[in-house]
Amino acid sequence: MAHAAPVAAGMADCREAWVKTLIEVAEADPRVVCVVNDSVGSSKLNAFQKQFPDRLINVGIAEQLMVGVGAGLANGGKVPFVSAASCFLTSRSLEQVKADVAYANFNVKLVGQSSGIAYGELGATHHSIEDFAWLRPLTTITTIVPADPWETAEAVKWAAAHEGPVYLRLSRMPVPNLDVPDRKFQPGKAEVVRQGDDVTIIACGTTVHLAVQAADALKAEGIAARVLNFSTINPLDEAALHAAAATGAIVTVEEAGVRGGLGGAVSEFTAANTPVPVEKVGFPGFLPTGSTEWLFKEFGLSPEGIADAARRALARKKG
Amino acid sequence: MLKNDPVALIREKALWMRRTAFTMVHRARAGHPGGDFSATDIMATLYFGVMKYDAKRPDWADRDRFIMSKGHATGALYSALAAAGYFPEDWLPTYMQPRSLLNGHPNRNYLPGIETNTGPLGHGFPVAVGIAIAGQLTGASYRTYVLTGDGEQQEGSNWEAAMLSGHRKLVNLTLIIDRNRLQQGTGTEETSGLDPLDEKYRAFGWEVVEVDGHDPAALLAVLGAAPGDKPRCVIANTVKGKGVSFMENVASWHHGVPNDDQYAQAMKELV
Ligand SMILES: Cc1ncc(C[n+]2csc(CCOP(=O)(O)OP(=O)(O)O)c2C)c(N)n1
Ligand SMILES: [Mg+2]
Repeated sequence: MAHAAPVAAGMADCREAWVKTLIEVAEADPRVVCVVNDSVGSSKLNAFQKQFPDRLINVGIAEQLMVGVGAGLANGGKVPFVSAASCFLTSRSLEQVKADVAYANFNVKLVGQSSGIAYGELGATHHSIEDFAWLRPLTTITTIVPADPWETAEAVKWAAAHEGPVYLRLSRMPVPNLDVPDRKFQPGKAEVVRQGDDVTIIACGTTVHLAVQAADALKAEGIAARVLNFSTINPLDEAALHAAAATGAIVTVEEAGVRGGLGGAVSEFTAANTPVPVEKVGFPGFLPTGSTEWLFKEFGLSPEGIADAARRALARKKG
Repeated sequence: MLKNDPVALIREKALWMRRTAFTMVHRARAGHPGGDFSATDIMATLYFGVMKYDAKRPDWADRDRFIMSKGHATGALYSALAAAGYFPEDWLPTYMQPRSLLNGHPNRNYLPGIETNTGPLGHGFPVAVGIAIAGQLTGASYRTYVLTGDGEQQEGSNWEAAMLSGHRKLVNLTLIIDRNRLQQGTGTEETSGLDPLDEKYRAFGWEVVEVDGHDPAALLAVLGAAPGDKPRCVIANTVKGKGVSFMENVASWHHGVPNDDQYAQAMKELV
């Protein structure tokens, strides 16, 4: 696989927070186990495996089996964290995710690693940009996309304690910790990262810090952009969306396809309840060959691209 | 001269493919060189000693088909296709660069000579079964060769494909398993053991042949043999990273990228 980009100062690979927290959770709760598909290294689980060799079940390269086994472990009283590259976890095993996890409503934690386009030049088969669209209709699954290491750790702790299916969509893309005072992790609640009433930028995961940079650039032009870290994709924070619509213009940003993802969810909700212009930043479909960094810039997942989308949304704003 | 010595030709092509693939990986700073090298001699044998094809007519209906089910081994695949004349060699340095047709995993819409898109393991074999059934239905003369990894055999889709192939007696189908005994993280037998692989395929209705996957003469004999009365499974015993001393049988070279010293050392050894 392509190697993860070097981590710059002030930035972190959220997988460190993932495995550190998982080990803490597993120390406290003997029911916690891990299920993987030859993905110990790519899930950064070597330390977990060392400490709990019996509690790491490597099923081999067999994702349908992996998710089915996860459901069975939950039936047997375990709290399985099923961890694999999110492209294979959500596409290869989609029927298992639907029938064995979501519909059967088992206490399985699906952990999608290197989600979005972290595997850049490995191409569309290795991109996981359809997962929101596939999992959003599975309403029993709480879907969380942490934006930084702090939120990753909080989400892992919460998922372990929560009774019910969860999809944690993680990334190895280096991101900074968001600068928000007195943070409290609240699943299902969007987090206000920047205040503003001219336009609302709704972002998740690796794109939140880019949205913050966009908002800072817009501020210099006299535009006050609100930035929401919309880390829970399912269920939607409807109150936050009503408030966003009240600013009269919305931009959505996600490391995912624009059809059926966060932007799709926001558009669906606002179109039905409080119609407002929505500009979506994300990917149009299968992507050309290219590194993660190149693809982010090429498709406008950048401070400049997000600020441009905000200007377009403002131009469409009524009154 | 070489043309009259098929084994020497295959060796020469295989050497060029290994050097080329490693140069591509070094340049792109990404790729899967371990699995490229275990498959190289098999692919050189297929393209330069066994398969019937015309690189100028990639859509020729009667061409033999090769399906790279272990789609991560694009260093081996692209170097073979360039050597076979499907596209110019000077495309190779674009490997994984922005908008390159040489994506990290093969895309049939980008390059001639690619029969189907692969990358997620366990897809190529079922598609190959469909190609073989089509050939059977139309009475076509082409043969279908599909190469899977051994770790890849852990995917259940392979066993569905194996069952149907045996049932339908797809004699025009040859499955080659790159039996390097390593997958991404560790050994296949430590992960979810495959042995005895030969007995499993025999029980599914296949003729099974084991071969040294780095011996062109042996590969030529097995892969070039006329169809029998069952689909044929060739278990090719190979070494992951074959040809470079520090890469052989080292799991981390699955997707390892050489630094400049390692690259220079490998180029010294690949002669
Ligand atoms: C469905 C799926 N799951 C996981 C992967 C990640 N992956 C890529 S290569 C690989 C190991 C393959 O091992 P093997 O089939 O033995 O290939 P080889 O040793 O020849 O490289 C894995 C797990 C994948 N590409 N597809
Ligand atoms: Mg192998």
